[in-house]
Amino acid sequence: MLTCKDFLRELSDYLDESLGVEARTQLEQHIAACPNCWVIADTTKKTIRVYKGMDPYPIPPDVEARLMQALERKMAAKQPK
Amino acid sequence: MTVSGLAGSDETTLVAQARQSDATAFSELVRRYENKIFRLALHITQNREDAEDVLQETFLKAYEHLDQFQGNSKFYTWIVRIGVNQALMKLRRRKTDKTVSMDEQFDTGEDTLVREIAAWDEDPEERFSRDELGRILDAAIQGLEPLYRSVFVLRDIEDLSTEETAQALDLSIPAVKSRLLRARLQLREKLTRHFKRKGDNAFAYL
Repeated sequence: MLTCKDFLRELSDYLDESLGVEARTQLEQHIAACPNCWVIADTTKKTIRVYKGMDPYPIPPDVEARLMQALERKMAAKQPK
Repeated sequence: MTVSGLAGSDETTLVAQARQSDATAFSELVRRYENKIFRLALHITQNREDAEDVLQETFLKAYEHLDQFQGNSKFYTWIVRIGVNQALMKLRRRKTDKTVSMDEQFDTGEDTLVREIAAWDEDPEERFSRDELGRILDAAIQGLEPLYRSVFVLRDIEDLSTEETAQALDLSIPAVKSRLLRARLQLREKLTRHFKRKGDNAFAYL
């Protein structure tokens, strides 16, 4: 029988779906019987989901312009003769 | 950035062309990854000015050392590695009194990270505006140790594999895994304050 500690140790692999069938089944049985671990698994899964859904950070136009200028200078210096 | 006809080009071809000093090909590679590099630099340094420097330094360094890119990893993983190193260097410079070590030891008592257990709504983020949500998520990440933060950003935000993250941060795979678990659990804990279902009381764990 898995303990809650065992469950917690495997949580990341479980959420990443990188466990074998047997280990996965054991964890699923544990979650079904343990409301606390069910909540931990569910809220950790949602934590990952909200971060994945985060808006991208657009690069401000002046920062982009500086980057391009610096690159152009570098590229010009490296052009083949 | 000028719009080039290379937008649909395969990455390996672009890298090969860039190596032949094809400026347009390299610009296209920059265009593909600059937003991701900027985002990870912001997350790791937690400082806008530093992130802007990191963005520029990363692509300049990449261009300079393009001939060292082996082609046995993805170009993106290679450039992320440069970006992460630049970002961690900034952090080290800022915190001269506190070094950011890549090999620090830590206990593996993940269970101590679970203090509050309360169910969340199905879509707890919908209770907040995009701006509010962004602030909540940023503040939670900011509270993590830089190395947990870096692992989380690469694995769960930038979607690198465990192996790619290990490569980018010069860590072993078990170290990536245990840091990721701790980062996820710490963030879960911080977000529970905002996301727990109204009316539910936390109950003690174990």
